[in-house]
Amino acid sequence: MAVDSTMIRITPAQLRWRRFKESVGLIFASPTAVLGLVIVLIWVFIAAFAPYLTHYTPYEQDYKNINKGPSAQHILGTDHLGRDVWARVAFGARTILLLAPISVGVAFLLGMVLGLPAGYFGGWVDELVMRILDSIMAFPTILLYMIIISAVGASPVNVVIAIAIGGAPGIARLIRALTLDIRTREYVAAARLRGDRPVQIMFREILPNCRGPLIVDLLLRIGYAAFYIGTLGFLGLGLPPPTPDWGGMVQEGHKFMTTNVWPVLSATVAIVTLVVGLNLFADGLREETMRYQ
Amino acid sequence: MKEDPILSVQNLAIAYKTRKGYIQAVRDVSFEIMPGENLGLVGESGCGKSTVAYSLVGFLGRNGRITNGRIIFKGQDMQSLDEKTLRKLRGAHIAMVYQEPMSSLNPTMRIGRQLAEALAAHTDLPAEEIRQRCIKALQDVYMPEPESILARYPHQLSGGQQQRVCIAMAMLNQPELLIMDEPTTALDVTVEAAVLDLVAELQEKFRTATLYISHNLGVIARVADKVGVMYAGELVELASTEQIYTHPLHPYTVGLMRCLPDVDAPRGTRELHPIPGRVPSPAEVPAGCIFAPRCEYAVPECSAGRPSFQEIAPGHFARCWRAREWLENPLWTKKPAKSSTYVCAKPESEEPILKVEDVRTYYPVPFTTVRSLIGLEKRRYVHAVDGVSLSVDCGYTLGIVGESGCGKSSLARTIVGLETPTGGKMEFLGIDISDEPVERRRREVIRHLQMVFQNPDGTLNPSYTVGDQIAMSLKRFRVVPANEVYGRVVQLLEAVKLNETYYHRLPRQLSGGEKQRVGIARAIASNPKMVICDEPVSALDVSVQAAVLMLLQEIQQQFQTAMILISHDLSSVRFFSDYVAVMYLGKIVEYGQVEEIFSPPSHPYTAALLAAVPRPDPTLKQEFVRLSGEIPSPVNPPAGCRFHTRCPYKLGEICEREEPPARRMSMDHVIYCHLPADTLQAIHPVIRRSA
Repeated sequence: MAVDSTMIRITPAQLRWRRFKESVGLIFASPTAVLGLVIVLIWVFIAAFAPYLTHYTPYEQDYKNINKGPSAQHILGTDHLGRDVWARVAFGARTILLLAPISVGVAFLLGMVLGLPAGYFGGWVDELVMRILDSIMAFPTILLYMIIISAVGASPVNVVIAIAIGGAPGIARLIRALTLDIRTREYVAAARLRGDRPVQIMFREILPNCRGPLIVDLLLRIGYAAFYIGTLGFLGLGLPPPTPDWGGMVQEGHKFMTTNVWPVLSATVAIVTLVVGLNLFADGLREETMRYQ
Repeated sequence: MKEDPILSVQNLAIAYKTRKGYIQAVRDVSFEIMPGENLGLVGESGCGKSTVAYSLVGFLGRNGRITNGRIIFKGQDMQSLDEKTLRKLRGAHIAMVYQEPMSSLNPTMRIGRQLAEALAAHTDLPAEEIRQRCIKALQDVYMPEPESILARYPHQLSGGQQQRVCIAMAMLNQPELLIMDEPTTALDVTVEAAVLDLVAELQEKFRTATLYISHNLGVIARVADKVGVMYAGELVELASTEQIYTHPLHPYTVGLMRCLPDVDAPRGTRELHPIPGRVPSPAEVPAGCIFAPRCEYAVPECSAGRPSFQEIAPGHFARCWRAREWLENPLWTKKPAKSSTYVCAKPESEEPILKVEDVRTYYPVPFTTVRSLIGLEKRRYVHAVDGVSLSVDCGYTLGIVGESGCGKSSLARTIVGLETPTGGKMEFLGIDISDEPVERRRREVIRHLQMVFQNPDGTLNPSYTVGDQIAMSLKRFRVVPANEVYGRVVQLLEAVKLNETYYHRLPRQLSGGEKQRVGIARAIASNPKMVICDEPVSALDVSVQAAVLMLLQEIQQQFQTAMILISHDLSSVRFFSDYVAVMYLGKIVEYGQVEEIFSPPSHPYTAALLAAVPRPDPTLKQEFVRLSGEIPSPVNPPAGCRFHTRCPYKLGEICEREEPPARRMSMDHVIYCHLPADTLQAIHPVIRRSA
């Protein structure tokens, strides 16, 4: 039987690199995704190099320069305690860019642990998990976060926990739906015929094949998480002061909006651009993966 | 006076836009269809035949374009027409019937309304007249009780009935051209036979020109007047049906015919010749003749330039540099059927390695009524496998044949442990496995009972390389020490005729046939004593099926593995099996050595199956044993003999009341029927060959 003998010998490492490049190339095929990525990367840059982009710290208070507009020393002005707004925005980027992915990561772990068995085993396991998820999803998201944070207090860890609990049901349902589909495939039956235990099958056979829709969903959720962190900050349930927190900046500054709009404006623009950037990136990726179906 | 053709396609070329640029799906296709003529377009998957059909009605989608050529329908150039004129043509002058009847009918509309739509869109008739015409159309396609059909929804009809409705819908406006894209591929063979009869009859009655697309040479031989063979986007041969099947002029056509197992050839008399290599993807098309790399008659000139489509003999076109040579020295002659009495020598002393006794597998039907919530409804079951007993010896092949819904796949899954039987006993290698789903079985049992699956696309995990997946089996069963795993994987790959470079490839880089081979390599990795093959070649192209079947045969001979081959394709079963069991609605109706099954005496169902298989030989005289009705639902199987609702030899009440007894026709051959043995003996053979 003639076989395609024009295949040159390539090492496994080279093949893996090629495949990685292919996946990355997917991003560049979509202008939307590229735009989103650029925006996000700008913020990552700002967050990473914050100390070099401003010589103020976000905590320095200058009583002589309260609520001043933009000037030569303070590019975005100062807030009601005399702190440099640009410094607070730049360091605030660190907070949000750290907390949002981490909370989504924890949400993913929770969702995976719930969704995989529900989809794979079905039956009473599925019913139990779905009812748990239903009870969490019955709460409006903001209300849920408020309840959790009021109960355990405001701190970065608790913000992560709150967002993780809020986001886990959606992820669990997605994983469950994908599992329900994938477990009918023959390769899962082949794994059973190899004597694989259910845990091995769930994590080795099923989970890796959920990658596509899952990655897009998680990226979108990072965007939402950033938005919720901002919202929590605005409601006063975010990180305790004086931590630089964009939502908190809007909350503190909105009382003074008529005289000095800059803290509120800068924080709002920051949140909007970051969330829109994340969404564009996720959306663009999703379009690309669906385009030639 | 020479008539004008209804449809004339000249040098048609079609390309699709993909992420990687334009891909030429159809390169050069030219043919003509006269009024009342049926042109069969044959080719494997990906050759572009469906694309050609869609281009005729302008359904190429946003990313398809006609890059060259003309389509002339009734004297009009189709490309110059605007969308409004095209809409008037579609449905009224050109009609199309598709492969999947379930997706061609709107599930939310009653049949009557859908049929009426077809008429209302193109005529101005009053509602009552439309209704009468719909009833007449349904009668023309032999639908029982047309008035009640009009009131039903598509999901209340079976597949065969749905397809008839689609045909009726297509014929309502009496189109001049009917395009049928693999209309019977999704149907069972007995249902397919009835639909093909219908197509032939309608064509004679209405003199509709037809373009019939299929990959099945047997079906084309039955319905077509002219045949066009397509390969990789080009039409490589075009001739009348007789000429194609008796004096083909292109090596690809010959290759297709030589790689088909013949349902009438006794076991052991027929060799399959698979076509080596694989179909080139549209992006890697060679410079010269596209078929040259796979052609055993190729000479260096063949790769130099692309041959053109020329008329070699009157009405016979071929695209081959050497076509004129084949006129004098035919490439292929039909060999006369050999007779053989293949008798399987059964080992006297050995115990069978698999013994199945009265196994039943029932699936509960989910409740859908309010009464069931309260607990008032009795639980209903799908009787998928309803009392099957068989045994398989070491090194032999048992073929299980039946149509969809007969329970053969459920039986396979039950034996292998993917489903738990509801009753009965199963013994493998002397160990009782009746109550053990595969999760509970011991490793030594699992490694000796492996399975090859039907769908090549689902059989491999897309996230891991080919080699890793085979290695997982080796490591799990500790077949070889860890440092020898790579070597053994390469050995296994070579055993399935794939070379070492396949180790690091991902499944998406493999073709269907290659994936199936990897599935076979994975199954034999643990050196199993028995492999169950569940429709291993049904989803593959014709030229690849032969290769995989022969591979299975080789593996069996080399490793002395017992095999169970499950298939609805009688020809492959006859090619491969030593013993055959015929299943219908969860029960075995006939069991015996392979040659005993394929020759009389037969159970009436077996006779009908044999009669229904379309043979790629237009000169054959076929007995038409047609079964009435459709397969009953396995939720409510008929009492007594399951087959009595469709049996042409039904005796009477006894068939409805009592389970048929086992009639032993010879030492191994059993038929379960109420008919007495001598009546069974007298049922005619279904094929009469001319000398």
